[in-house]
Amino acid sequence: MSTTVYDYNETIPIDTVGVIERVGRLNSRSIKKESKLAGLKLALSMIDHTTLEGKDSKGKVEQLCSKAKMPYALIPDLPSVAAVCVYPSMIAIAKKALQGSSVKVASVATSFPSGMSNLSIKLNETKYAVEQGADEIDMVISRGEFLKGNYSYVYDEIASVKEACGDAHLKVILETGELETLGNVRKASDLAMHAGADFIKTSTGKVSPAATQPVTLVMLEAIRDFHTKTGTMIGMKPAGGIRKAKEALQYLVIVKETLGSGWLTPNYFRFGASSLTNDILLQIVKQETGVYQSLNYFSND
Amino acid sequence: MSEKTEPDVKNSANGSAKPTSPNADLKSEFAAFLDYAPAPESSEDAEIKQRYHHFINGTFTEPVKQRYFKSINPATEEVLSEFAEGTSEDVDAAVKAARRAYDKVWSKLSGKERGKYIFRIARMIQERSKELAIVESMDGGKPIRESRDVDVPLAAAYFFYYAGWADKLKYAFPGKTPESIGVCGQIIPWNFPLLMLSWKIAPALAAGNTVVLKPAETTPLTALKFAEICRDAGLPDGVVNIVTGAGQTGAAIVDHPDVNKIAFTGSTEVGKIIQKSLAGTAKKYTLELGGKGPNIVYEDAPLDQAVEGVINAIFFNQGHVCCAGSRLFVQEGIADELIEKLKARMESLIVGDPLDKNTDIGAINSKMQFEKIEKYIQIGKNEGAEFYQTTCDLPKNGYFCRPTLFTGVSQSNRVVQEEIFGPVLTIQTFRTPQEAIEKANNTPYGLASGVWTDKGSKIFETGKAVRSGVMWSNTYNKFDPTSPFGGYKESGIGREGGLHGLYPYVNLEH
Repeated sequence: MSTTVYDYNETIPIDTVGVIERVGRLNSRSIKKESKLAGLKLALSMIDHTTLEGKDSKGKVEQLCSKAKMPYALIPDLPSVAAVCVYPSMIAIAKKALQGSSVKVASVATSFPSGMSNLSIKLNETKYAVEQGADEIDMVISRGEFLKGNYSYVYDEIASVKEACGDAHLKVILETGELETLGNVRKASDLAMHAGADFIKTSTGKVSPAATQPVTLVMLEAIRDFHTKTGTMIGMKPAGGIRKAKEALQYLVIVKETLGSGWLTPNYFRFGASSLTNDILLQIVKQETGVYQSLNYFSND
Repeated sequence: MSEKTEPDVKNSANGSAKPTSPNADLKSEFAAFLDYAPAPESSEDAEIKQRYHHFINGTFTEPVKQRYFKSINPATEEVLSEFAEGTSEDVDAAVKAARRAYDKVWSKLSGKERGKYIFRIARMIQERSKELAIVESMDGGKPIRESRDVDVPLAAAYFFYYAGWADKLKYAFPGKTPESIGVCGQIIPWNFPLLMLSWKIAPALAAGNTVVLKPAETTPLTALKFAEICRDAGLPDGVVNIVTGAGQTGAAIVDHPDVNKIAFTGSTEVGKIIQKSLAGTAKKYTLELGGKGPNIVYEDAPLDQAVEGVINAIFFNQGHVCCAGSRLFVQEGIADELIEKLKARMESLIVGDPLDKNTDIGAINSKMQFEKIEKYIQIGKNEGAEFYQTTCDLPKNGYFCRPTLFTGVSQSNRVVQEEIFGPVLTIQTFRTPQEAIEKANNTPYGLASGVWTDKGSKIFETGKAVRSGVMWSNTYNKFDPTSPFGGYKESGIGREGGLHGLYPYVNLEH
């Protein structure tokens, strides 16, 4: 971990109009035929299949894991999703259900989704999640401290959680819907990466708006610049609100044309989503058979 | 599953993946995503006749001398169609038709009635937008993304805008009585054929004038499609006449004694010739000529958006844009970072088939222009500038040019001073705003410019000091029918677009 204090003044200005225009242009890419099918399968392999509800139970999580391993039994050679994302109390159940598969277990921690607790509780929760067997920790930053300009607090907190993670991968949720401006998004991205994030993630999914493409583009550009300066590749995870396969393909285009294909792997790009999986499956079946299948043939879990 | 495979180049979907490409490290099972599969717009949706005649007095009329030119698709070098070579006899017939229509019909119609026709034309451009976009891309080489999203919608927008003025002219010129001027001779360039037609014809018709228009000899087809629209819209015969041909045809229009106004968009060289031949006549004229737009990036600019803006400024329409930001000025502190980002972004530009929806840069408009660009690239190299081109594959046939940068250039270089009209950008650095402004103004041109900074006051200070008709701040190449457009110095005389664009088409003296 770097011990130098990050100078947030280094953060470059962001022009919102320009970002939106760039996203619009990227969205005009036309993805057809074999490119579309390959893109859909790639997107499927990048999903963090997620359930983060107070009513989550063993049964719910087990069903989710079953789908994660084998998304669609009729096409068995489809990739499995990247990970299952749950609350800490569900880690052990997910871990057991996913045994023997390549699907990782991700857990939210640090008083998700608000982060309104003290550091030691957050660190304890992180350690608990790691002990339970989480491969990946999704933490939230303290948005209140960030917005009042207490950047060093946010930096130190991320650095401490990273330390508590040990070997587990750390995804830092910026909750961009509460940061509001793209300038803040850029600053928080830079800060999180310097503080030790392995991934930066847009949202908890509990605040609207969740992931948007302009926000994602700004974060990807921050990742690219960080890589140029340090040589370290940081991952990206837009989460919340991505429901359609077409949107997923648009995200992949944005990644490809901003960061290059090196990031087009589940190691460096994830979708935090729950209902996206079925739409991707629907579209894959359409591409392979030429007809749209009824939604009744895709499992809801 | 991530450890499983090495990239399998042989199996990539279209066989075009290169081991050296930045995409080569991706697993083969998803490799098909990397090189987007072809997504071509079908040329079958556009009917192109084998041969086109002039459009005079409401009918397609064979040229008196029966001579025809060929229109080439610059992306394939194949002949698309033949079109008439206009002689002075044809021009005379067109001017007579326009005069007749002016005297008998068009000048007598109320503004409200004129507006109805122009609104109808605007709607028909929208209805036929797909066909127009395809023809524009096939004839001129521009990517379908641009003809579909920029040229055609904007052309319709200009007609809608000026249609609205037709019955409100006395509000446009309060306290005055605007009168139409008569027959307008209009000569348009090949870079935005339909759009330039709309800039010229829409205000002329709205103000009550009739028109003889000559499209460029490499791109006549959308003007002839537009003639079909005029016919189908029931526009009275002779109000719009299209005469095709090359420079001599244009000269015949300029020299015709019964033309009241000339509107020309094209090179400064030809503009000067026109100005000479108009000297001493009573003809009004507007000239929209060349440019060498400075694009100034200050060190506090939103860098990634500035890179995108630089791309739009110079690579839009293969750089065939009179207002292109072809001279980039970067403040020294951020120059290295910006150039590095620019090169990376250029690498993702797709050069190829203009009809493919994913193409960013299409074909150079003609062989002549292609050779001119090649010549300037050689001049730049000989002048000792540092040369950079992207590595993308180019189609075997057709006139294609990779996006090109020259760094380490100076004010005295020809590639900095002269308009190249291609995808070639020169990059210079500066230390203070004063220096940037001085260099920006150190040119015979003054059409358009750009400024990039996060600071509003700097935008206004720079905007005041740079002598150009348009300055875009934190964006580039934005057009709107309500906004006047035109140049200082050798970039032209008069303004087109907006309220200002009506002035050249009315007499206010009486």
